[in-house]
Amino acid sequence: MNMKTIRTIVATALVLTSGFWGSARAQEEIRIGAVYPLTGAAASTGLEMKNALELAADMINNGAKGINIPLAAGAGLPNLKNAKIKLIFADHQGNPQVGATETERLITQDKVAAVIGCYFSAVTVTASQVAERYGVPFLNPESSSATLTQRNFKWFFRTTPHDDLFVHNFFEFLKDVEAKKGVKPKRIALVNENTLWGTETNKLEERLGKELGYNIVEKIIYPAKSTQLTSEVQRLKASGADLIMQSSYLGDAILAMKTYKEQGFAPEAILANDAGFNDSEFLKTLGKDGNYVLSREVWALDLTSRNPLIKQVNDLYLQKYKVDFNGNSARSFTGLFVLADAINRAKSVDPEAVRKALSETNMPGSQLIMPWAGVKFDATGQNTLGSGIIVQVQDGKYVTVWPFALASKDLIWPMPGWDKR
Amino acid sequence: MTGEILLQTLLSGVLIGLIYALVAVGLTMIFGVMDIVNFAHGEFLMFGMYSSFWLFSLFALDPLITLPLTVLMLFALGLVVYQLVIKRIINAPPLSQIFATFGMMILFRGLAQFFWKPDFRTIENSYSSGKVVFAGLHFGLPQIIAGVGAILATGAVWWFINRTRLGAALEATAQDKDAAQLMGIPSQRMFALAWGIGAACAGVAGVLLSSFFPIFPEVGANFILIAFVVVALGGFGSVSGAFWAGIIVGVVEVVGGFLLGPEYKMAIVLSLFLLVLLVRPQGLMGRA
Repeated sequence: MNMKTIRTIVATALVLTSGFWGSARAQEEIRIGAVYPLTGAAASTGLEMKNALELAADMINNGAKGINIPLAAGAGLPNLKNAKIKLIFADHQGNPQVGATETERLITQDKVAAVIGCYFSAVTVTASQVAERYGVPFLNPESSSATLTQRNFKWFFRTTPHDDLFVHNFFEFLKDVEAKKGVKPKRIALVNENTLWGTETNKLEERLGKELGYNIVEKIIYPAKSTQLTSEVQRLKASGADLIMQSSYLGDAILAMKTYKEQGFAPEAILANDAGFNDSEFLKTLGKDGNYVLSREVWALDLTSRNPLIKQVNDLYLQKYKVDFNGNSARSFTGLFVLADAINRAKSVDPEAVRKALSETNMPGSQLIMPWAGVKFDATGQNTLGSGIIVQVQDGKYVTVWPFALASKDLIWPMPGWDKR
Repeated sequence: MTGEILLQTLLSGVLIGLIYALVAVGLTMIFGVMDIVNFAHGEFLMFGMYSSFWLFSLFALDPLITLPLTVLMLFALGLVVYQLVIKRIINAPPLSQIFATFGMMILFRGLAQFFWKPDFRTIENSYSSGKVVFAGLHFGLPQIIAGVGAILATGAVWWFINRTRLGAALEATAQDKDAAQLMGIPSQRMFALAWGIGAACAGVAGVLLSSFFPIFPEVGANFILIAFVVVALGGFGSVSGAFWAGIIVGVVEVVGGFLLGPEYKMAIVLSLFLLVLLVRPQGLMGRA
């Protein structure tokens, strides 16, 4: 046999087998690319979200008894011959460039039907640009930077409410507190980390705060991954702030709390913007020093008393991964169900059909584990039915304190000084 | 009030600066003796922190009590790294050396994440949340202990190099390894010793940090850039230079951050660094 013949045989064999596997796979599994921070500073958060996505996929593929979510019957996607969901994970390491190249790899090499991710707003920006260029649906369950849905992208959909709404919530909350308790913060300081999310929130808080007549006395933007936050805390002390609004990821949030305590800095309230302050590690690490922190949230365990579905799903997660859901993992979980529902209604993995189905999504709040009215996207791809809550750490647990109608515990304000605990 | 705050930031800067100095001493030692930049140095620090953490959480032993054990382990790790990796690349092109230590950095982080999970850990011992309030100034007790520990450790390294025969041999190898070899000083062993001491210094810094800084696989990244700045500022290979440069960087970072705005604190440090390099390219105490 000469070389040419061998080459021909090998090539033919490759074409035949790949065609065979390709067609077989098309019926059995729907590939979804998931781009998350699986190594790097946010790896522990990334792992929780990965677990949540895997639980959602497992519920769709293998079923979950007694849980009343339409796709959780265990038959895969009924409209696609019971095809199973297959998640293909990629690690963006918190790096926007890596996020973009990994998304490209998932689309061009793994041929994913849709992409889900990426937690960090800064990474979601670049990753979703790649998806937009290739015309592949991109579902973003957790990034809250408001600009993400101001880009008029055709293929981008976001289930979570964004920072604009959260910051509005902060000030609605302050108004409600004033009406109920008669306290109004006189001097507000803003503390934010210096990546996209932190700086955008900072701007928004400043603008809204000024519009609503609050006195903003200090604005601190610190470099993420600092080795010390002493200068920041000294400026806060010098400003005489009685309320601080803070946006930090986990490592910085822990360091900030430790430095507040060390320097004896205790404002009347710390109003945090989710992220690090709501990570499962935050309270595990700080223990009772984390008490009284207020944080905007999208989810809280005590909501289970109002919605049995939340408890059922949380029990499954707890059993499998030994931790409760939190705002991040609950949103990732919800994101995959929204995406799976759209693919099921599209009856194919054709990108345009999936995109159309996503834009027609209309999920009632009763099928969600979130405190939302439901999921319905506007023309920019933003879910218009989402809303936030505010939780407070009381006795080492996050409890819902606002909106007052959903509250399970009374708000504690002001927080006691460090030496009075 | 303002004077008090300035004094507070100044002293807090000195405390963190002492830790920077200790991390940098190990780095400058390795560089001074064999001209190799160790990108995995922050990971030695990370291993020091985890060693304290596990001894504390498994056997309830305080990091300060287990310090000698951690130092021994890190010293041994430095020797092993030298034998397995560095020895083979001593005469390789600089690019290969960079990638060898850079590769170790990624490997060590990966191993830490694989075995110990990416979780953030902290040590809550008897003094970790203690603090000292003096004339209106606040200091964390673990920070003070760390500062004193860093002075002692840096002093010990300085004493070793300048006042012992072995230290003199190390210094000789650093100045001219061929000449030292001709005088009967085994340069291979000196190199190994430099790696052992370098890793041990980072280990001590890790131990001291472990009672007030969160412990996680990537923690080295927070310190390594600053450590490089300190090494270059103090002068490559100079232990006393690294000591003073560490303090300067700590003070400039904290005081500068307070006065000009925390968002610029790294920019301030790096501008100072560039300025010093313009005037004295060899660093504050480096050999010209």
